[in-house]
Amino acid sequence: MLKQYETVFIATPVLSDAQMKEAVAKYTGFITSNGGEIVYEEDWGLKQLAYPIQHKTSGFYYLIEFKADPEFVANLEIQYKRDERILRFLTVALDKDAIAYAEHRREMKAAKKNAPVEAPVEDKAEEVEDVTEYDVEPVDSKEE
Amino acid sequence: MAQNDNVRYLNPPTVEVRKKKYCRFKKAGIKYVDYKDPEFLKKFLNEQGKILPRRITGTSLKFQRKVAQAVKRARSLALLPYVTDLLK
Repeated sequence: MLKQYETVFIATPVLSDAQMKEAVAKYTGFITSNGGEIVYEEDWGLKQLAYPIQHKTSGFYYLIEFKADPEFVANLEIQYKRDERILRFLTVALDKDAIAYAEHRREMKAAKKNAPVEAPVEDKAEEVEDVTEYDVEPVDSKEE
Repeated sequence: MAQNDNVRYLNPPTVEVRKKKYCRFKKAGIKYVDYKDPEFLKKFLNEQGKILPRRITGTSLKFQRKVAQAVKRARSLALLPYVTDLLK
């Protein structure tokens, strides 16, 4: 039984574009060659880290959604650990709400991509807005 | 004890009508808290990056757990800091 997962990894900022592509290809290839299938990929580009990791203050983020065997995830994480280019990684199993959310997120992204007239701002920031449209300030922050 | 009835205030005690807190996830029908969205998660953090308690945010227990989980994931991906000053 294939289960849906989502993995984000952070690669060192010293990589060139070609090296980054190669690293991504390595992992997508690794997933598909082990009986998994890629559902979605997303490149977040170079982002500032909230705190330094291995003395680096920025990193390339990459998100892969995939379906795979549960046993496969451990292998994938071993690959990450052996890889010196990877600063951090996180693999999360998606439950049904998460899958629904991921689909919704993808649709919003696609709509944003096709529609925008103005320069495409960093898409992460826009995503934030639609989640927060039911914007509620912390209801009552002062509590004695 | 019997004197309680006789307590008198100089100024009438002000009774504030406080707005009822509510769980924003239940209200908006959000089912999944995304760890990839640090800007949204920041609503549940104080300036030092600590997770705010339910008694302040009004989040229901079910979603407080999910928020906590998402914040911790975001921290491990360096999307949110573990410790800081003047977040926001």
